Amino acid sequence: MSAPKTIYDKIWDAHLAHEADDGTCLLYIDRHLVHEVTSPQAFEGLRMSGRTVRAPEKTIAVPDHNVPTTLDRVNGIENEESRIQVEALDKNAKDFGIHYYPVSDVRQGIVHIVGPEQGWTLPGMTVVCGDSHTATHGAFGALAHGIGTSEVEHVLATQTLIQKKSKNMKVEITGSLRPGVTAKDITMTIIGETGTAGGTGYVIEYCGQAIEELSMEGRMTVCNMAIEGGARAGLIAPDQKTYDYVKGRPHAPSDADWDKAMTYWKTLFTDEGAHFDMVITLKGEDIAPSVTWGTSPEDVLPIDAIVPAPSDFEGGKVDAVARSLEYMGLEAGQKLTDVAIDTVFIGSCTNGRIEDLRAAAAVLKGHKIKDGMRAMVVPGSGLVRAQAEEEGLANIFIEAGFEWRMAGCSMCLAMNPDQLAPGERCAATSNRNFEGRQGRGGRTHLLSPAMAAAAAVTGHLTDIRTFEGAA
Amino acid sequence: MEKFENVSGVAAPMPLINIDTDMIIPKQFLKTIKRSGLGVNLFDEMRYDDDGNEIADFVLNQPAYRNAEIIVAGDNFGCGSSREHAPWALRDFGVKVVISTSFADIFYNNCFKNGILPVVLPKEAVDALMDDAGKGENARIAVDLNNQTVSATDGTVFGFEVDAFKKHCLLNGLDDIGLTMQKVDAIDRFEEKYTETMPWV
Repeated sequence: MSAPKTIYDKIWDAHLAHEADDGTCLLYIDRHLVHEVTSPQAFEGLRMSGRTVRAPEKTIAVPDHNVPTTLDRVNGIENEESRIQVEALDKNAKDFGIHYYPVSDVRQGIVHIVGPEQGWTLPGMTVVCGDSHTATHGAFGALAHGIGTSEVEHVLATQTLIQKKSKNMKVEITGSLRPGVTAKDITMTIIGETGTAGGTGYVIEYCGQAIEELSMEGRMTVCNMAIEGGARAGLIAPDQKTYDYVKGRPHAPSDADWDKAMTYWKTLFTDEGAHFDMVITLKGEDIAPSVTWGTSPEDVLPIDAIVPAPSDFEGGKVDAVARSLEYMGLEAGQKLTDVAIDTVFIGSCTNGRIEDLRAAAAVLKGHKIKDGMRAMVVPGSGLVRAQAEEEGLANIFIEAGFEWRMAGCSMCLAMNPDQLAPGERCAATSNRNFEGRQGRGGRTHLLSPAMAAAAAVTGHLTDIRTFEGAA
Repeated sequence: MEKFENVSGVAAPMPLINIDTDMIIPKQFLKTIKRSGLGVNLFDEMRYDDDGNEIADFVLNQPAYRNAEIIVAGDNFGCGSSREHAPWALRDFGVKVVISTSFADIFYNNCFKNGILPVVLPKEAVDALMDDAGKGENARIAVDLNNQTVSATDGTVFGFEVDAFKKHCLLNGLDDIGLTMQKVDAIDRFEEKYTETMPWV
């Protein structure tokens, strides 16, 4: 009998196409997702070397980073560079015959939301994309991670990636979450625990009762931010929720193939006694609604905490925190719930799915956003947008005073016109609070959709557990 | 890709930890469809003010470091996005070596595809090199990939580890894709068997 394996070991072994004497491996790639920002140079490289796309049927492209999210985008993209980049993807998709969801297609959206929605992402697969948040797809028990543009070209040409195996890390969340605590709070709390480099060199398996109790949407939120903890990938073993989510989607298997796939998928779990190089255990009941205060995702605290001082830290973090507090315009000792907000962004591959919109709408129902607040909801895909309209969520957002946008990455990284001006302070459901991330000089506080909605109403960071009218 | 040659010269000290890819090359410069020309925007928001004037204190604007080919950086350099524009910008500026205690995974891999050597050293070594780098033109840091060493001005030598395959590719300026294409038979064989066992993929 072979040694017990983790789910990562199993997926790795199933995709090992070649191993050289020095241990360098070629890993076979099942799904290659492509967007407009990190791919043009890769397609150009193929053309210049006379190469082609080896498996166009396994390659899926969608423009998301640059696309405007205003309704008038049907008239074209005003910014010339953005337009050229999107047009380059249009052309590359056509020339190389890959699957494509153009801006005009209702299925267009953020690549990490479109992939699962269309059934491209399945358990046990290897999924790559020239985007660090590819980790999202790990929620299905897939090995999914971001790659650079040179690697995009490598996958296009060979359907493989040169890899060295990562180490195994287990992050277990025991018990259940308390009311008001979400998948976003889990993933941010883990990063607060490990730091942004804590996962470097590892693939994380998230497990435990609190993870099992999450919906597929929540699991995607948890895996999405594995990269913020430095990990190569994060994944969750598939279960009945996974199969139920996948079944019937356009590119999911059916009939005899479904049965065959299910037989395989049910082998995708970590064997009893498998070796983990690192284990982290948190109690679900100890996780609080959380928010970031600094300019690194590890700068996270429970919402009822106070802003820390540089002297609370050690080593290089002392100077980094001093710099963060100055950038963020915060004073040590200030209550986080006293921090005033002028902008709210709900969306992104972290929290732009239907469940996220439901959670935010549940908080907003019957409320108006504070005077002068700029608040926008950017659904993760055209289909999420359509579903939210059908469920009446769009009306709740609009009546509360939110802008109801078209799908795209939008203000998560501000490559399109949705940006913060210097000094503006945003409660954002996205994944990065780096300096300048949402616009030069803009200040970002990461939090859950429900907390973002509450902040839009009160005008300051707000504890969802004490928000008036909260469930 | 150009072959990696040994580097010797001044090194720019950047002790800040968690220098992320948004700092290295902000998003507004990712709209290019080329790989070249990003050096002028390297560290753009730290390097220039709102009017586009150089910020005098920023290390790469100081006379000693304007042509630095080596950066000594704080922990976890290159964290954040997968944008290969980060190593493109560094290389276009002229940086060939970055030394730190740790690098983010994707950035680390991206460096090797672009003729940049990321060197991981223990904290004491990085601290010593950071101090050395702070001496500007009075310092000379030498990086030898073949022997896997970094030498400080005072002659102290620090050995570093690097994956043998990555080293080989860097030293010989080899294109990964060309190397993998030589194994196309193995990929074909794998794919045939795989498609048979997992027809739904």
